[in-house]
Amino acid sequence: MSDERDDTQPTGPALGKDEWVARFGANRVRRSGALGVLEQRLATVSWWAWLTLFVAVIAALPLGIESGYVRRVAFDTVVLMLLALGLNIVVGWGGLLDLGFVAFYGVGAYAYALLASDHSGIHLPSILLIPLVAVIGALAGWLVGLPSRRLLGDYLAIVTLFFFQIFLTVTNNGDNVFGASITNGPNGLLNIDPLSFFGWTIPRSTSEGLFNVAYIYVALAFFGVVYVALRFVNESRTGRAWRSLREDPLAAEMMGMPVNRLKLLAFAFGAGVAALTGTFASALNGSVFPQNFEFPLLITVYTIVILGGQGSQVGVVLGAVIVSVLLEVLRDANDARSLFYVALVLGLYGAFRASTRLVVVLGGTIVLGFVLRTVAGAIDGSWTAGTAEDAGRAAHLAAEWVIVPLEPARWLAPAAYLVLVTLVLGLTLVGGRLRLAALVPTLYLAAFVWENVLLAKPEATRYIVIGVILVGLMIVRPNGLLGEKRVEIV
Amino acid sequence: MDVFLQLTLNGLTLGSVYALIALGYSLVYGILKLLNFAHGDVFTVGAFVGFGALQLLGGVAHPAVPIWLLLVLITLAAMAVCAVLGVAIERFAYRPLRDAPRIAPLISALGVSFFLAYSLQLLFGADQRDYDAFNLGSGVLFMTGFTIPGTEVRVPLLRIVVILCAFALMVVLWLLVTRTKTGKAMTATSIDREAAAMMGINVDRVIVFAFVLGSALAGAAGVLFGLRAPFYPSLGFLVGLKGFTAAVIGGIGSIPGAMAGGLILGFAEAYTQGYVSTRWSDLIVFVILVTFMLFRPQGLFGKADIKKV
Repeated sequence: MSDERDDTQPTGPALGKDEWVARFGANRVRRSGALGVLEQRLATVSWWAWLTLFVAVIAALPLGIESGYVRRVAFDTVVLMLLALGLNIVVGWGGLLDLGFVAFYGVGAYAYALLASDHSGIHLPSILLIPLVAVIGALAGWLVGLPSRRLLGDYLAIVTLFFFQIFLTVTNNGDNVFGASITNGPNGLLNIDPLSFFGWTIPRSTSEGLFNVAYIYVALAFFGVVYVALRFVNESRTGRAWRSLREDPLAAEMMGMPVNRLKLLAFAFGAGVAALTGTFASALNGSVFPQNFEFPLLITVYTIVILGGQGSQVGVVLGAVIVSVLLEVLRDANDARSLFYVALVLGLYGAFRASTRLVVVLGGTIVLGFVLRTVAGAIDGSWTAGTAEDAGRAAHLAAEWVIVPLEPARWLAPAAYLVLVTLVLGLTLVGGRLRLAALVPTLYLAAFVWENVLLAKPEATRYIVIGVILVGLMIVRPNGLLGEKRVEIV
Repeated sequence: MDVFLQLTLNGLTLGSVYALIALGYSLVYGILKLLNFAHGDVFTVGAFVGFGALQLLGGVAHPAVPIWLLLVLITLAAMAVCAVLGVAIERFAYRPLRDAPRIAPLISALGVSFFLAYSLQLLFGADQRDYDAFNLGSGVLFMTGFTIPGTEVRVPLLRIVVILCAFALMVVLWLLVTRTKTGKAMTATSIDREAAAMMGINVDRVIVFAFVLGSALAGAAGVLFGLRAPFYPSLGFLVGLKGFTAAVIGGIGSIPGAMAGGLILGFAEAYTQGYVSTRWSDLIVFVILVTFMLFRPQGLFGKADIKKV
């Protein structure tokens, strides 16, 4: 997938690059040793081979596992991958802020529901309906982008945000439009037709009531088609024009590019992909509700695109897998606990490598934990008598180290959380020894808050983690995992 | 006629709260050209802080201080906490991105908004709360008041307090911006940041000041809102959106514009709720916004933006 990297060592300043850039690039090009050889070999594998491998792995995943839950998560992950690919067109390539993206997903889902259900009495065949809905979505995107033709970048964000709000208002109140029920309001549309191709209906669940794997394959097929199509679009004239638009709209306009048309095109493409995704998601669920398309989903898709790297298709797909798995892991207290400690240790290792500072911080935190817990237990037994959330072996281990009060005072949770946030923010301001010293109590407090506050409310915790990732990434690494690093030239 | 007067009163109350929120958007946008999406959530934090302060002072049933002092104290508490919050948001989420591409701080702002909303949900639960102002001082805020002569429309004390408080804050802001040295520095920075820096203005301080003012107003708006209606952690999204619409209608970056926009929005919403339907009032508000953006994107008081190369 890293086929874009040229594998020839630059000998002198390349055309259009200055010498420093060339040298800097050369430093990163080759790794020595076995790892370097492996990297070079992998770099020669073409992108479609990687894509096939990736799709095959996901396709094989549900075969061995007879669990409806795993299949459901796999399906949702593919949906997120498609949504991320769609948003990547608008944000990553076009550089436009589309805050109504999820509404287009909703438009697709509702359009499918209205054109293939008992509610409206229309039952179009899937083979006709799916392209139709994608076109409807693209048209909606084009229409929403239209007012932004005359407006500067920020206004586009506003118009799309409003479109999102209008979509929610209409779907929530659409059960009584002059007496007629169109969207059935918050109760949603039920009994939507499953997908059917040429007379073959794909049932939602198997005869044993298990999630039907066929839907994952349908979603994967769409994913493959969309991925390849978008790759070609990106390498086309339009794709290059989008990127130049992102880098500098003014310069692009001066070069004679039809800026407005390009913006609308990016919008329409993104919206079309989102609407397409809506069709089979709605066919699988058999129902649509307005609350499926709210703000948290929008932020999740944004986090995926930023995490993966704006502009990189491979990146956003990986981002979707990571975020989807992360959100599932955070649902379960035991998994979330393990994830937290592993992430903590890995993060420290990433920051300090194998050094004495790592030993000092880790050791200091562990010792501090035992000392504090013993002292707290000696003062009042009930302070350490609580049981950690969702008892398991890890929970017992954690409760031996972290203070878990039996009945914490009501002010304790907010106070601990606020102090933690303040400490973490404060750590970014200080440096040197002070930071190292302050890190130890911060880590312990983080563990305390995680065990006592965050694990108790997984729903809020999941989204807090998403919000933190989004802000942190924008500041520390705005190009994400695989995105292109953008250099602002002044 | 009675209905019309009642709706006008509703619109005025609602509009003054929107105007306070809109001012925060406008102040920050005027200087940083940044849509501060987290502003709506700062407003919610204000409502929650005011609620917490009310409980600390003995709650509605047995307040430790006289009612007027209680109201002043909870408003000040909310303003102070929100001002600190605003400064922290600027320092940690926006300042590192000041020279990044324009889209970067916007996405960071989305993340902050999300973080704040769900932190509130984590700490206080997702349920609705309200100040229970009806029982405050055995109902003094609702029982006293006057009837507009010749009609049946009653104006309870609470509404007078909300409207007067909002307008007093706006006047204070107006004086701060036009009469003080820092205010003039703000105006200068919003016209041209680089030139202002060259003239010896500490731009960082001006930006922090704008966040302090805007967030404090949002905190006050949170308390004023909470006195009249229930609030919940995810409220900031919708109210922020409306405050933001008000700022755009008035001309984003313009202070009188934000006030006018807030009032227009408040009236529009009240009349739609009264004469058309409560469920479609949001839609009408948005239609007004889109119309404005199409035909007068610079808003009522804004100046058309001419891009120089």
